Amino acid sequence: MKFNLEIIVRKIIVERDSYYDSVFLMLINRDVKKIPGIEDAVVSMGTDVNLELLNEIGFSSPDLERASPNDLIIAVQGESEEVVDKALHSARDLLSRKRNRAQEEAEYRPSGLDNALKMVPDANLIIISVPGLYAAKEAQKALERGLHVMLFSDNVSLEDEIELKKLALKRGLLMMGPDCGTAIINGKPLCFANVVKQGNIGIVAASGTGLQELTCSIDKLGSGISQGIGTGGRDLKETRVGGMMMLMGIEALSKDPKTEVIVVISKPPAEEAAGKVITKLKDTQKPCVVHFIGLERHKDSGNLRYAGNLEEAAGMAAALSKGEEYSACAFTIPEKEIDRIVERETTVVSPKQKYLRGLFTGGTLADEAMILFDREVGAVYSNHQTKPELVLKDPHVSHGHTIVDLGDDMFTMGRPHPMIDPSTREERIMKEMEDPEVALFLLDIVLGYGSHEDPAGAILESLKTAKKRAKERGGYLSIIASITGTESDFQNMEEQKKKLESIGCVVMPSNYQASMLALKIIKKVA
Amino acid sequence: MEVNKINELFKQDLHVINMGLESFAENLKEEDVKVLQMNWKPPAGGSKKLISLLRRHIMKVDMGKANQEAASRILKGRPTLVDISTAGEVIPGMKKNMLLHAGPPLRWERMCGPMRGAVIGGLILEGLAAGREEAERLAASGDIVFEPCHHHESVGPMAGVITYSMPVWVLENRTFGNRAYCTLNEGLGKVLRYGAFSDEVIARLNWIAEILAPILRKALQRHGEIDMKNLISQALQMGDEGHNRNRAGTSLFIRELAPHLVMLDEDREKISKVLSFMHSNDHFFLNLSMPSCKCTVDAAANIEGSSVIVTMTRNGTDFGIRISGLGDRWFTAPAAMVDGLYLPGFSSEDAAPDIGDSVITETAGIGGFAMASAPAIVKFVGGTPRDAINFTQAMYEISVTENDIYQIPSLDFRGTPTTIDLVKVVELGILPAINTGIAHKEPGIGMVGAGLVKPPEKCFHDALEAFMEKYGD
Repeated sequence: MKFNLEIIVRKIIVERDSYYDSVFLMLINRDVKKIPGIEDAVVSMGTDVNLELLNEIGFSSPDLERASPNDLIIAVQGESEEVVDKALHSARDLLSRKRNRAQEEAEYRPSGLDNALKMVPDANLIIISVPGLYAAKEAQKALERGLHVMLFSDNVSLEDEIELKKLALKRGLLMMGPDCGTAIINGKPLCFANVVKQGNIGIVAASGTGLQELTCSIDKLGSGISQGIGTGGRDLKETRVGGMMMLMGIEALSKDPKTEVIVVISKPPAEEAAGKVITKLKDTQKPCVVHFIGLERHKDSGNLRYAGNLEEAAGMAAALSKGEEYSACAFTIPEKEIDRIVERETTVVSPKQKYLRGLFTGGTLADEAMILFDREVGAVYSNHQTKPELVLKDPHVSHGHTIVDLGDDMFTMGRPHPMIDPSTREERIMKEMEDPEVALFLLDIVLGYGSHEDPAGAILESLKTAKKRAKERGGYLSIIASITGTESDFQNMEEQKKKLESIGCVVMPSNYQASMLALKIIKKVA
Repeated sequence: MEVNKINELFKQDLHVINMGLESFAENLKEEDVKVLQMNWKPPAGGSKKLISLLRRHIMKVDMGKANQEAASRILKGRPTLVDISTAGEVIPGMKKNMLLHAGPPLRWERMCGPMRGAVIGGLILEGLAAGREEAERLAASGDIVFEPCHHHESVGPMAGVITYSMPVWVLENRTFGNRAYCTLNEGLGKVLRYGAFSDEVIARLNWIAEILAPILRKALQRHGEIDMKNLISQALQMGDEGHNRNRAGTSLFIRELAPHLVMLDEDREKISKVLSFMHSNDHFFLNLSMPSCKCTVDAAANIEGSSVIVTMTRNGTDFGIRISGLGDRWFTAPAAMVDGLYLPGFSSEDAAPDIGDSVITETAGIGGFAMASAPAIVKFVGGTPRDAINFTQAMYEISVTENDIYQIPSLDFRGTPTTIDLVKVVELGILPAINTGIAHKEPGIGMVGAGLVKPPEKCFHDALEAFMEKYGD
């Protein structure tokens, strides 16, 4: 018989006028929750939404009622007084570590843009990652003051995006975003981006991880990037934005003497916008490569080539950049080697094991795999599906062949993106491993600035356990991964690869090849 | 596209401002990109009500132009010491039964300890009451008219009490012709402005009126008028900020008058005492920097459409501000406690709430706004000269302009942040930085420490609301 003694201790600290960025707080929140004996913890600013949340989970205090969005709240619930005090202490500790670091530098950090510009009058670009509610206004101010803008924030309205891009157009400035996570300007990686070689390939991309995968593939092929301009995902997709930034970006690349090859990638664009982009590319008279993710490949025409996937786009661009011919091939690994891998990965699979589970952190990488499987095997469930009958009813529960983008808003409410915090995917792996029908995990490992310092290592234990569980059931779990990254990225790509291989994962050179290999395996076991 | 600045960017070195996630800035530093991290906060503390107020459009008037006009008047100001006289003779509207005090308007019943003490002392000094009890009765009787110094072109430190017979400095703004008045500083320790009213305090006040003021007046007449702007700018370069540190200013003032003092046909003992008195009180100059600031900022009052703050002051009970475009209207909120360092034997338990007109210095762009020029008193703001610089940096954010005469050596002679814009204060959530002394909460004890005070947000929020009511759409 088990006695369930419900003792709950709740404590709240409200610190007035201590603003912290929400992503930073989410990371602290996560660490506090990990403390043994802690049932729930909320470390957040006192916004209305957060106060409501606290109320719902049972926290209340007079201090809380008076809290404003500028006040920091640390609320902890745990099994004993001691544990809760320890958690509060460690939350404070984590917060002050940041503060001390800030103090060491001691350089004044301006609150307002005007003063920032007085301090650095020759600044030419601003990265804005403040909450969406305020981001548009700040971006507008920046454009009015002549700054190029990279708007990382999401939750910016379409109306605001249109206004901002019109303003940028008028002023001849970059307006990358909203929701632009990746760019490479003058060889410098901005936000979520990899350290790639400089070169003569200029890119305009309406997709962050697409741009990362593309630039890393180009880097692997020995070519380099002149500029990688991000536009934000809605730029081409929404008729009313009409590819404003995409067109400006192409225009700038066409005039840029360092850019000899232009690549454009985007999710399927609105038709009218696609036409404009094609015309604009033709006008550049530079060799151009286009990849509209998910659209059938067009026939090449004039200076335009169409790529069928991200890796092919990289291959075509690299060949053009070196004045070589591009020769298409599905795998860069010899066919025999591929066959041997397929053989190895399928010999001990139990008859029940039929399905693929693609667990992605990069949205475009998930799309690329989903589109391939959709075409080749049909019926892939996903939170990104455009076919209504294949949209996952509950994104947290897989069904048949499933490919999920764990970076989707539905997974990131109140927690950081899985590229920053791998625990979202780790939890999902733990769940998927209990499904005896799963034959294969398909994964992306995204390196570069912005990403977790050890994304492979962070999920390694769970992958190992998953393989073990399949074995215990008398089957075999195949794990296929690719790494989006370069040798110059701080995570050490080679080590990441070794870690994965040490537990029997197959690491392929690109997301497309990983998906193709997974396809072969699934076709074989089905 | 009118211009193409994108291709220009491709040719430049990237220089980034990072507003938001700090790790983005750190990554760029790794890649040797010049980057400035901002300390972004939600506008107006995230208050929906204030944000919607801030987003209202200003109708009929050009606020930017009005504020530029205010700034230009403040910069053009030429505060000049022209005379020493008595309150009764020169302060407009001064009456025998009137008593001026620091801060926004205040009735006797609401006065804090040190203010009451100063009132009692003032009434005794004027011979209107013989002692404490009689003075308290008189003060409560309604026969005494209490009015803010600010309503009479005057300012006073701490309690700021000015009575009919007190000698006052006469400052004139040579550009606009307006004047400002302030008493002579009594020194440190037990003094009237901190609410002390013992016989010794009254005796010193009498000595000031009978000996000090007449002698200084004669010396000043020999010297001729003194350009205060010049003196203050020198003092700033010598480590003063004009509010909590006035050592350099006091020394400079003595230097100006000394050659003339020694030429006076006065008893040498008396002249020596005058010199020692000024020398022994580092804050002697405060009562000159304050009216200098007052007559400077007063020229920017009553400009239609201007959101510039032209008065900030406290009376130990309330903190109050006035806005150029809103005329004589006060916006007040309870005075805050000072966050400070205490003299030996005292602690925050002993402190009275924030008090005094001396925040006129910050209103004019010195004092806390010039913190970076006063490394000797950085202990008040965190301990290092860097802290003091950051302090002044923050004030640039809420100021319309930079002073062309008052300069800060440690900031490469950048002008002090000058002319506070109410709208910026609310939008950025950066409150004016105020240096100040701390009075004992009981009358008669005096100064217990000094430090920084954060003005109450509420009066700025109320003022913004009134401003938008008058000028918004």
